[in-house]
Amino acid sequence: MAQMLEQLKPELLTLCAALVVILADLIQVRGRRKWIGWFSAALAIAVVFTLAGEWGKLAQPISLWGGVMVLDRLGLLFKVIFLLGVAVASVGSIDFAAQRFRHIGEYYGLLFFSAFGMMLMASAGDLLTLYLGLEVASLSLYVLAAYAKASPRSGEAGMKYIILGATASAIYLYGASLIYGAVGTTLFGTISHHVSLEGVHPGLAVGGVFVLAAFAFKIAAVPFHMWAPDVYQGAPTPVTGFLSTASKAAGFAAIIRVLLGPMLHGASGWLVFVIALSGMSMVVGNLLALPQRDIKRMLAYSGVAQAGYALVGIAAASNLGTLATIFFLFQYLFTNLGAFLVVTIVGSSVGDDQITSYHGLRGRNPGLALAMLVILLSLGGIPPLSGFWGKVFLFWAGVKSGLYGLVLIGVMASVLSLYYYLMVARAMYIEPAADRPPVRLQLPAVIAIIICVLVVVGLAYPGPLISLATKAAAGFF
Amino acid sequence: MTMIPHPLTIILLAPLVAALIVMVVPRRNLLAIRMTSAVAAGITLILSAWLCYIYLSEGRRGLQFIDRADWVGGLVGINYFVAADGVSLSLVLLTALVIFCGVFASWTVVHRTKEFYCLLLLLVVGVFGVFVAQDLFFFFLFYEIAVLPMYLLIGIWGTGPKEYSAMKLTLYLLVGSAFMLVGMLGMYFAAILPVGQSRTFDLTVLSQAQYSHNFQVVAFFLLYIGFGILAGIWPLHTWSPDGHASAPTAVSMLHAGVLMKLGAYGVLRVGFGCLPEGAQSWVWLVGTIAVINIVYGSYVAMGQRDLKYVIAYSSVSHMGVVMLGLAAANEIAFNGAVMQMISHGIMTGLFFALVGLVYERSHTRDIEAMGGLARRMPGIALAFTIGGLASFGLPGTSGFVAELLVFLGAFRAHLHSYLIGGVPLFSILAVGAVIAIVVTATYVLRVLQRIFHGPLDEAKYGELTDARTTEWVALVVLGGLLVLIGIYPSPLTDLIGSSLGQFLRP
Repeated sequence: MAQMLEQLKPELLTLCAALVVILADLIQVRGRRKWIGWFSAALAIAVVFTLAGEWGKLAQPISLWGGVMVLDRLGLLFKVIFLLGVAVASVGSIDFAAQRFRHIGEYYGLLFFSAFGMMLMASAGDLLTLYLGLEVASLSLYVLAAYAKASPRSGEAGMKYIILGATASAIYLYGASLIYGAVGTTLFGTISHHVSLEGVHPGLAVGGVFVLAAFAFKIAAVPFHMWAPDVYQGAPTPVTGFLSTASKAAGFAAIIRVLLGPMLHGASGWLVFVIALSGMSMVVGNLLALPQRDIKRMLAYSGVAQAGYALVGIAAASNLGTLATIFFLFQYLFTNLGAFLVVTIVGSSVGDDQITSYHGLRGRNPGLALAMLVILLSLGGIPPLSGFWGKVFLFWAGVKSGLYGLVLIGVMASVLSLYYYLMVARAMYIEPAADRPPVRLQLPAVIAIIICVLVVVGLAYPGPLISLATKAAAGFF
Repeated sequence: MTMIPHPLTIILLAPLVAALIVMVVPRRNLLAIRMTSAVAAGITLILSAWLCYIYLSEGRRGLQFIDRADWVGGLVGINYFVAADGVSLSLVLLTALVIFCGVFASWTVVHRTKEFYCLLLLLVVGVFGVFVAQDLFFFFLFYEIAVLPMYLLIGIWGTGPKEYSAMKLTLYLLVGSAFMLVGMLGMYFAAILPVGQSRTFDLTVLSQAQYSHNFQVVAFFLLYIGFGILAGIWPLHTWSPDGHASAPTAVSMLHAGVLMKLGAYGVLRVGFGCLPEGAQSWVWLVGTIAVINIVYGSYVAMGQRDLKYVIAYSSVSHMGVVMLGLAAANEIAFNGAVMQMISHGIMTGLFFALVGLVYERSHTRDIEAMGGLARRMPGIALAFTIGGLASFGLPGTSGFVAELLVFLGAFRAHLHSYLIGGVPLFSILAVGAVIAIVVTATYVLRVLQRIFHGPLDEAKYGELTDARTTEWVALVVLGGLLVLIGIYPSPLTDLIGSSLGQFLRP
C-alpha cells in the first residue's frame, strides 16, 4: 500500500499544494496578496519536476490496485500539461485575482484541485476512476467559472456550465453502466480482454458512444459545443484560458485512455464517430468564429475548431496520431493561454472584450500587440510557429491512416480560420486607435505571456518534444 | 579560394538578424533602422554575387554550398537542408539585388518605419529560403513566411483599397499553398523509394524517386495550380493587379520582382524536377494559359489609366513568357524562362521604384493627368525608357535575350506532339506570343509618351525635381543591369545553363 502511494507522489503533492495554498491565504499580511500567485506557480513547477523524475521509472507502465490506475509516460506528459497550465494561469491571473476576487487562496486552490482531477483522468484504468477524476476536475471548474461574484455574466457562466456539465456526467454514467452491464467489469484491461475474446457486445457499443459523447462535451466538439461560447465569455478570463486548454487536454487524455485503450481492440466502429466529430468541429467551429465580435467568443469557436484538428490525431488511431495529439495539446496550452492572458490585460484596461477594443493596439502597446500577433499566427498554423507543427503532425498522421478527406477538410478549414485571426491582426495593426485608452500592463501577466510566446516560437524546433512524445506514445500501444 | 563557412545560411540569417536588431532600435532613430536594413541587404548581395562568381569561375556543377541539420529527421524525414545550383544562385542574386534597391527605395517611408523594415526583412528571409531549400518541407515553410508579411505590408502602408487588396492577396496565396501542401504530402507518401531509404522530404531523393503515372498527372496539376496562383496564371491572377497597385513601392518591387518568381521556380524545381511525366501531360495547358497571360495581360495593360495598374498587368503578361518557357520544356526554353524571371525581376523592380518616385512628386498615378515630365526629371525618364525598352524586348536589353530564348525554345518544342491541323501547338503559341509583343510595345510607348513627353503643365508640375541621393541607387543599379545583361548575357546564361540538365530527364 505504502509503495503504491509512493507511486502516486505527484498526485498527492498536487492535492497538498491545493491545501497549502488555501492555508497560505490565511497567514497573509494584509494588503499583500499577490505573492500567493507566485507561490502557487512555484508549487506547480515543483510538482512538474517530481513528474520529470518519474519519467525514467515508467519505461514500462505500472498498474496500481489491480489496474484501477495506470501510470505510464503518456499520462505523465498529460499531467505535465495540466500543471504547466496551472503555473502559467496562476502567474497570469495574479493582478486580475487581486482586483476581482475576494478569496484568493481558494482560487489557486481550486486550480490545483481541478488539476488533481485531471491527473486522475489521465491515469485512469477504470471507468469509475475516470468518473472520479472527471467530477473533481469539473466541480472545481464550475466554481472557478462563477468566481467573479460581482459579475452577473460570471454567475450565468457557472450556472450554464454546471447544468450542462452535470448532464454530460449523467450521460457518462449511463454509458458506463451499459458497459458494465454488457461486460461485467469497469476495468479497462478486462474490458479489452473481453472484447478480444467475444467481440463487441451491443451494450458495449452503445455505452461507448455515450462515454465518447460525455468527453466530446468536455473538449467542446461539435455538436456538444453549445456551452463553450457562453461559458468562455462569462467566466473570468484567466479561468477561460485554463478551461480552454488544460481542461480540453484532460478530455483528450480520457478519450485516448478509453477509446484507444480498451475499446479499440477488435473494434473500429468508434472511429466513425470520432471522424464525424472532428470534421464537424473543424467546419462548424471555423464558420461560427467568422462573424464573432467578442474576442472571447471568437476564441471559443476557434477552440472548437482546434479540438477538431486534435481529433484527427485520435481518428488516426495510431502511435503517430497519439503523439501528434500530445504535441498539439502541449503547444495549444501555451498558445491559447497566452491569447487569453492578452485578452485579460486588454479587457482589464478597456473594460470590454470586443474586437474593436483592439483597434490600434500596436500604438497603444507594441509589445502586447506583437505577442498577440505571434499567438494568432500560431493558432492559424503559420510556419514556423508551434501551431504549424502541431497541425502538420496531426494531418500527417491522418494521411498515413488514410483519412484523406478529413485532412483535406482540415487544410481548407485552416485557410478559412486565417481570415478571422487576421481580422484581429488587422484591428491591432491597421485600424487607427482613435481615442481608445492606453493599455495598463500587469507585470506578472506580461511575464506569463512572454513565457507563452517563447514556447510558441521555440517549438519551431520541435525535435526534442517530439522525441519525448514518441516515447510516450510508443509505450501506450 | 578560401570559403566562408555556411554561406547560404548566412544569407538566410542576415536579414533575420537585422529584423531582430531593428525591432530593438528606438523608433525615432530612423537612420539606424535604415542602415541596419541596408547593411543586411548589402551582405546578402555581396555574398550571393560572390557565390555566383565562384560557381561560374570554378566550373562547379549541381548542388553546392550544402548545409544540413537534423530537424525532425528521425521521425518524419524533415531536415534543414539548403544548397544552391546555378538556377537557385541566379535567383538568389536577383532577390538580393531587388531587396538592396528596395531598402533604398523605401528610404522615405516615415510612417511606422521600424515595423516596415522588420516585415520587409522577414519577407526576404522567406524568399531566400524558398530558392535555396532542398527539403520540400522547408520549401513550403519558407514559402508561407514569404507570403504572410505581405498582408500587413499592404494593409498598413498601402494606398487605395489596401485592406481589400491585402486580404484578397493573402487568401488567394494561402489557397494556393493549401494545394501545394496536399501535392507535397502526396509526393512524400507516393514516392517509390530505393530499398533502405526511409520516407523523406529531401528534394534530391524525391527527384530521383519513381512515381506512378496517374499520381504524377494529378500531383503536377495540384502543384501547378498551387504555384501558379503565385506566378499569376490566368484566370487566378486577379489578386496581382490589386495587390501590386495597393502595395507601397518596395513591396511592389519585391512582390512583382521576386515573389511571383517563387511560383514559377516552384513549378520548375518541384513540378518538372520531380514529376517529369506529369509535366509532359500538362504542358499543353501550361503553354496555352501562358499565352493567354501574355496576350490578355498586355491588352488589359493598354486600357489602364493608373500607372501602377499598367505595370501590374505587364507583370501578368511577362510571367506568361516565363510559363511559356517552362511549358516548352527544353534546354533553350528553360534557360529563357529563368532568364526572363531575372530580367523581369529587375525590370519590374525598376518600374515600381520609378512609379513610386513619380507618384511622390506629382501625387498622381493617372497617366492622362501627366505630361512632359522628362523636362523636370530627365534621370527618371531615362531609367523609365530603359525599362520600357527591356519590357518589349528591344535588342541590347535583357528582355530581348530572355524572350528570344523562350520563343526559340517554343518553336523547337514538341515538333511532333500536340499537332493542331498539322502544325505543332507550341509553334502556334509562340506566334501568338510574338504578336502580343507588339501590343506590349504599344502600351509601353504610349505610357512613355503621355508621362514624359508632350507639353508640361507648368502650374502643376513646374516644381518637380529629379531623383535625389539614395533614390539613384535603384535607378542606376537596376537600369544598368538591364543593359549590361542585354549586351553581355553569357555569364548569366552559363550560370543558369549549368544546372538545367536535372529538369530535362527524358
